[in-house]
Amino acid sequence: MTWLIDGLSGLALLGGMFFMIVGGIGMLRLPDFYTRLHAAGIIDTLGAGLILLGLMLQAGWTLISVKLLLILLFLWFTSPTATHALVRAALSDPENPQPLLYEETPPSKP
Amino acid sequence: MKGTLSHVISLGLFCLGLWLLLSGFFDNTFLLSLGVLSCILVTWVAWRVEAIDPEEHPPHLQLGPQILLYWPWLLKQVVLSNIDVTRRILDPKLPISPTLIQLKPSQHSDLGRVIYANSITLTPGTVTASLSGDSLMVHALTRSGAEDLQKGDMDRWVTVLERETS
Repeated sequence: MTWLIDGLSGLALLGGMFFMIVGGIGMLRLPDFYTRLHAAGIIDTLGAGLILLGLMLQAGWTLISVKLLLILLFLWFTSPTATHALVRAALSDPENPQPLLYEETPPSKP
Repeated sequence: MKGTLSHVISLGLFCLGLWLLLSGFFDNTFLLSLGVLSCILVTWVAWRVEAIDPEEHPPHLQLGPQILLYWPWLLKQVVLSNIDVTRRILDPKLPISPTLIQLKPSQHSDLGRVIYANSITLTPGTVTASLSGDSLMVHALTRSGAEDLQKGDMDRWVTVLERETS
């Protein structure tokens, strides 16, 4: 059984790393602040979630798992609020660049 | 508005439960009594500064039992949209179509609207930009993500969660 748990935990950790890296790439590739927030959302949800899941599998049925679960819950409850505050602050100042919107003509630049 | 006695008791019990889980001491009488003392102190301070009110610490559940079905559904949506956004980021053509839309949430309580707005933001690809009165502005990474929201599946789920009595 241990090899199964270890394997699942390793998969979860690798998956979490993958999504964190994708989130980082997204923050570099996407064109403006508002679209970059979506890439940050990947890091917040699946990136952190899978890494904490992998650590929970390592810890087993202990109090450490409970603490990791609490971290996950607090993270998932608070990060949307923080993202929302960022968007609202960015939109509230008319001096800031407005969000790039997709026009009816499809974007031609690669 | 000061909380009633039941709010005070429920906050105290909640603190005590959290203290037990985080400390992991179950059989050391000295440390346990210190924990109980600190919980009583925290509850007393919260009561003194009038931070206990029905909104901040509901002793009765304001949400129906459907929340146990909603969380797995939301988790599935989060995973699916993560995969979708990941695919778009890694695509060399970067097929995104950022969109701003207005939504009319059908929830009638503040808690329901907050849950809806937070669920939208938690799902990658859609972010709630503002929530005022009965309209919700959402920034979506793709037009199809915005259209999925306009279909209103998530909206109906959250409305079912609300209890009529709250």
